Amino acid sequence: MDDVILLAHGSGGRLSHDLVQKKLLPSLSNIMLSKLDDSAVFDASGRLAFTTDSYVVNPIFFPGGDIGRLAVCGTVNDLSMSGARPLYLSLSLIIEEGFSVSELERIVGSVKAAAEEAEVEIIAGDTKVVHHGQADRLFVNTSGIGIVAPGTDISGANARVGDKVILSGTIGDHGIAIVSQREGLKFSVAVESDCAPLSKLVAGMLEASHNIRCLRDPTRGGLATTLNELAGQSDVGIVIEEERIPVQSSVRAACEMLGFDPLYVANEGKLVAIVDADDAEKVLAEMRRNVYGGDAAIIGEVTESHRGTVLMRTKLGSSRLVDMLSGELLPRIC
Amino acid sequence: MKFLDEYQSSRLAAKLAHRISVSSKKPIRLMEFCGGHTHAILRHGIRQLVPRTVELLPGPGCPVCVTATSDLDRAIALARSPEVILTTFGDMMRVPGSYSSLQRAKAEGADVRVVYSTMDAIEMARVNPGKSVVFSGIGFETTAPTIAASIVKAQREGISNFHVLCSLKLTPPVMKALLDLGEVKLDGIICPGHVSVIIGSRPYEFIPLDHGVACVVSGFEPVDILLAISRLVAQIESGQPKVEIAYGRGVKPQGNSEALQLMEEVFRIDSADWRGMGVVPGSGLSIDPKYERFDADVVFADTLELALRNTPVIEPPGCRCGEVLRGVTTPPDCPLFGKGCTPEKPVGPCMVSSEGACAAHYQYGGHPSLLRAG
Repeated sequence: MDDVILLAHGSGGRLSHDLVQKKLLPSLSNIMLSKLDDSAVFDASGRLAFTTDSYVVNPIFFPGGDIGRLAVCGTVNDLSMSGARPLYLSLSLIIEEGFSVSELERIVGSVKAAAEEAEVEIIAGDTKVVHHGQADRLFVNTSGIGIVAPGTDISGANARVGDKVILSGTIGDHGIAIVSQREGLKFSVAVESDCAPLSKLVAGMLEASHNIRCLRDPTRGGLATTLNELAGQSDVGIVIEEERIPVQSSVRAACEMLGFDPLYVANEGKLVAIVDADDAEKVLAEMRRNVYGGDAAIIGEVTESHRGTVLMRTKLGSSRLVDMLSGELLPRIC
Repeated sequence: MKFLDEYQSSRLAAKLAHRISVSSKKPIRLMEFCGGHTHAILRHGIRQLVPRTVELLPGPGCPVCVTATSDLDRAIALARSPEVILTTFGDMMRVPGSYSSLQRAKAEGADVRVVYSTMDAIEMARVNPGKSVVFSGIGFETTAPTIAASIVKAQREGISNFHVLCSLKLTPPVMKALLDLGEVKLDGIICPGHVSVIIGSRPYEFIPLDHGVACVVSGFEPVDILLAISRLVAQIESGQPKVEIAYGRGVKPQGNSEALQLMEEVFRIDSADWRGMGVVPGSGLSIDPKYERFDADVVFADTLELALRNTPVIEPPGCRCGEVLRGVTTPPDCPLFGKGCTPEKPVGPCMVSSEGACAAHYQYGGHPSLLRAG
């Protein structure tokens, strides 16, 4: 029979100790974490970026990833979108009693792999166990610290008229992977989540150009919501070309079936960059050299008119508003 | 998805748009019955591709939108019943009833779950034998066959804790009611593609015959819709209205006999309460008495009576969804549009549903911030 997490695993006593020593530390061990002191202590100088995010994805295992990989990538990407090089993460687990220990090990293995790929270390952690029904299997929180190089100034408020909008690859993969797993939808070509750490992609871009104004990962709310945020923060208009936005054909098919617009479907391994027009091609070429930027494309530009809003030129040559997502994405009924 | 590319081809679309511009001489008014068409027309910017002579008006074909407030109140009342798991299509969650919404009832502790198909609700009934699983059965001839199939399945497999709260509606009778009302003069109707897959095109024959209004059944891709418009323009210009199918890959004149038989087996034709239209005789379906043990209105008659006693139906004040659904008012003409009524804080269902005309107008253009920017 598979071992399960008991309330006693979170009590702070021997079982807690065993869980940390035997199940968590072997995967995550590094000099700072292994000390098991109350805080991690480290040297840092310069400008630091700090962020936190909680992960409650359902299902916790999905095609292309799991909650562990997601929790590392999400926080690494939030740091990267500030132009920071991610250094350290914390990892908090809130586990529902009865959760399978082997599944927990699998998830911690994913955390380790993703952290290695992103070249970050987990230097602080916490484990809590809650009563059955008080959490949905497993919730994860990660916080992260990164360092911002001198001269780097990335902000959603920095877009200027004439800048180009670059998207790092196909949209909607994560959302469709989750929804098809959750709802048991079968597609002839399985859609995998794009969940990935973008720190190296960003490092390459920052090296290629000093004129990257905004970086943002279009997670919940999708590309449409992210572009609206940028247009609002920078008080500029944005025009995108439908024809240039890469969407996998299987994602498009699933969206047609479910009544979703890929522009609003979540991504976990994509970024939007707003870049000075003169540097756009150079940055694009650099992005395409990275494994997570192979399908990168210039999808539009920043305009003087219709400030605060996003317009899209459709494939048919007409144009329409691209609004923020409101409410939840729900399937259509006929 | 090669077939999709073809129906989204800008080259074909430009060709059809050109054909419409050349052949359209007199100003005409077309109604797209189906909310899916309204959505596609705005999403693809089709209004910009057709000449000013062609006016496109959204119609009543949005299942969530036409669901009467009283039907919502019944669903909410049942959801609050402790022994009930209420299952529903997602859009219904946020529509305000007289006093609450399903979303709010859920937040307050009611067991409300979104399902993608009636078969999910059946499965839920199977794994929750101690609960009554009620499916909120809304929609047109598109959802009716699957709801019928689920009732037959429940009967066959002895799943006695599955029930349907039926407020299904029929398309041709409400088209007739709308045309009989005569509030809006129509020259042509873009007939619903998915409904017609089930019922075929023959049930529309009375429309050109009795009302002189042209009918073309259309699919949902931009090229489909432009093709339907071009056929309608041709019919109207030639003065010979008839029923045509411009969605041959999905629709046959006789419809889908298997689905129709299933509907006939499980349902009987009844009057239905429509938002905006009131009670229209013969425009709805109710569950046939031989399947009454699956009919939530029968099984929970006492619960509903008790819950709804002394709670009169209250329509949202100022909401013009009814007029929008009849084609009398366009969404931007409603004083609440984009001000008191937005997708975040909807007053009426047309702003909630992904097929609602107000939501489509708000999402794809014509909403105040864009108009201001000119």
